[in-house]
Amino acid sequence: MSTSQISPVEQKGAGVATYLDERVGSNGFLRRNLNKVFPDHWSFMLGEVALYSFIVVLLSGVYLTLFFKPSMVEVIYDGPYIPLKGVKMSEAYDSALNISFEVRGGLLMRQIHHWAALFFMTAIAVHMFRVFFTGAFRKPREMNWVVGVSLAMVALMAGFSGYSLPDDLLSGTGLRIAEGIVLSIPIIGTWASFLLFGGEFPGTDFISRLYGIHILLIPGILLALITVHLMMVWVQKHTQFPGPARTNNNVVGYPLMPIYMAKAGGFFFLVFGIIVIIAGLVQLNPIWIFGPYTPDQVSAGTQPDWYIGWLDGALRVMPNWEIQAFGYTLSLNILIPALVIPGIITTLLIAYPFIEAWASGDKREHHLLDRPRDAPTRTALGVMAITFYVLLWIGGGNDIIAVGFDLSINSVIWALRISLIVLPPIAFVITKRICLALQRRDREKLLHGRETGQIMRMPNGEFLEIHAPLNEEERAKIIAKPQVKPLPQPPETDSSGVRNPKLKKDKRRAKISQFLFGDTIAAPTGEEIAHADEHLAHEVIEDAPVMAEEEALQIAHDGSVLESPGTSGKS
Amino acid sequence: MKTLATHRRHPAAVIVAILVGLLVTGGLYTVVNSATQARSAEQDATQILNGKKLFLEGCSSCHGIAAQGTQNGPTLIGVGSAAVHFQVSTGRMPLANPGAQAPQKPREYSETDIAAMAAYVASLAPGPAIPTAADLDYSDADVAEGGELFRANCSQCHQAAGRGGALSNGKYAPNLMEATPQEIYEAMLTGPQNMPVFGDSTLPREDKQAIIAYVETLRASDDPGGWALGRFGPVTEGLFMWIGALLLVVACAIWIGAKVR
Repeated sequence: MSTSQISPVEQKGAGVATYLDERVGSNGFLRRNLNKVFPDHWSFMLGEVALYSFIVVLLSGVYLTLFFKPSMVEVIYDGPYIPLKGVKMSEAYDSALNISFEVRGGLLMRQIHHWAALFFMTAIAVHMFRVFFTGAFRKPREMNWVVGVSLAMVALMAGFSGYSLPDDLLSGTGLRIAEGIVLSIPIIGTWASFLLFGGEFPGTDFISRLYGIHILLIPGILLALITVHLMMVWVQKHTQFPGPARTNNNVVGYPLMPIYMAKAGGFFFLVFGIIVIIAGLVQLNPIWIFGPYTPDQVSAGTQPDWYIGWLDGALRVMPNWEIQAFGYTLSLNILIPALVIPGIITTLLIAYPFIEAWASGDKREHHLLDRPRDAPTRTALGVMAITFYVLLWIGGGNDIIAVGFDLSINSVIWALRISLIVLPPIAFVITKRICLALQRRDREKLLHGRETGQIMRMPNGEFLEIHAPLNEEERAKIIAKPQVKPLPQPPETDSSGVRNPKLKKDKRRAKISQFLFGDTIAAPTGEEIAHADEHLAHEVIEDAPVMAEEEALQIAHDGSVLESPGTSGKS
Repeated sequence: MKTLATHRRHPAAVIVAILVGLLVTGGLYTVVNSATQARSAEQDATQILNGKKLFLEGCSSCHGIAAQGTQNGPTLIGVGSAAVHFQVSTGRMPLANPGAQAPQKPREYSETDIAAMAAYVASLAPGPAIPTAADLDYSDADVAEGGELFRANCSQCHQAAGRGGALSNGKYAPNLMEATPQEIYEAMLTGPQNMPVFGDSTLPREDKQAIIAYVETLRASDDPGGWALGRFGPVTEGLFMWIGALLLVVACAIWIGAKVR
């Protein structure tokens, strides 16, 4: 487009851009960034869901702060909800009821805030699954994985602190459990609890302390971490799935402006809309039913929100072990499920990219994603972890399950205790087998083409199925399979016969490497692929040829034939 | 007539007239009353007899011929008519097969038969009686007070919304949304299954009425926030998030993320 054809609107825009550029030098920045290319895949948008629901949480949260009173001063309820009229409660609970029943749009805002928080946590979880299963955490993105895990942990705290604020019976019971967990910390437990609650639980300080944490500290940390998270994506560029013309050194996709601006902007409003519709139609956390918190009361079926459910489940499933010595009690029944297990899980999560890099000895950068099947052990480990997590989550609802399905709660607990040990390894083995089987099928497809479903009858009565070559995209995906070789066994002595001083360590490393990368189906070599291509091309050109017997047998030998004299006898 | 006429202004006449009047009404009342009592006593006796017959047929195999109890069932002496009405009218008794707890099922006896059995068991020894209409009239009860009592005494087993909860080894506290006010009253009075007894000394009549009023309010109340997902709390909410909401968002992501063609 030549300058003479610029429309008046564009002229205005150009004027503004020039004005800004002359003052802040923005044109170079904008050109660089608006033309930035992003690859296309629906699973890349899961992280966006988390970002957008976080924005919704912030917006609705601001509205709630206008009316919520974070105070534990005792008041007598005098609002429109009759079943609580005249009941003594904290000002926090009173104002939460006020938001629910009197503030215009208050209940909708409360439900938007809470549903958006659930969306946030859920989107974080599935985004994390995507990153893990595709190996997007590999070099150079390990640091961003760590930032992501930290984000998930802080988000968890954000959720729990918000769940505890309304001071209803449900949230108070959650806090009571949190206090019990703090108390179980050896040596400092009692002191830590008194420090947190400003004295004996529940005290009169905690809601206002938690409020500051919930609306200032945690959102601040979240915003900072999200900024770092996104800037790192920007700087390191987004990963992409293997496909035609996609290599480790390019990004194939569309520019930010206008395609992704439109897509991401539209998606934001979709997510926002879905949250508002659900918040308007589905009731969440009906605090008026639970009543005000008093430490002597608890309701059956008390549950935390889903993202804390696994911790509650661990507590519920844990056997009642305690050690008493020297007049002190060590509550292993709380310490292990509430602090040790989450500690181990978080550490493993953070460490996984580094463990994998260390075990593979791989120092290359990876911008092409793995398909989950191509990293069978990693995928299997992930499914194993999810199985463990889901079982704990089920444990958190053991009483609801017992009542709902007419079971004994003791049987549910025992079934979970056994399942927690038995099922994750089974999930591991099954997943790995499935991954390897999928790899085998990929190899088959690459070498012998796709089954077309066309059966051909030979003059001698034999039936053959026509195979067609894969399309470009499928082919590129399969060929891109990474070849990660496990580390070889370390030599016992070096070339001059000196014993390797780190032999034990190296052996262990080789063992872990073998475990992570040992099992894989060998990808076909270039020669094999070339040969197969030639063969397939031949088959397709002839379409329905009268094949020489020799050739027919060749296909039969490849195992792709329904029945032929050559194979039926052998099998 | 003359005598009456002469004495009618006698100072004692008023007293005599009053006395006569009292005697006549009192006498008449006594006669009529004893007649009804005799009739109702006769009725009671038949009812108790009927009740005994039903008891021997349907209950004695576990509770014993004289309701003294056996290895398989507790004694019914002193449990009162309220316990019989609660257990039989909710179908918990007769028990179909032994288990952790007698489950609720369709009732097997008519209201008349239940009343007969209740009368029989009540005739064995005094015990809590079936609540009267006045007992069950909770229209003046304080709902908020009932809510406080409910949270302090009931919600730890029956759940804050009265939806029921799990107890140990397959026992459970049933869903109160399926119980009538009379059943709730009788349950508090007699402590069926694993429930403690909330006798009139612990929980006076007004308190029981307040609790019933609160449960009825819970049952009748709308959910202002929308679909309540069974009022089970965060478990069903989380399930909805993962199964309903997440799928919707992922479907949108797939739609938006689809290749531009």
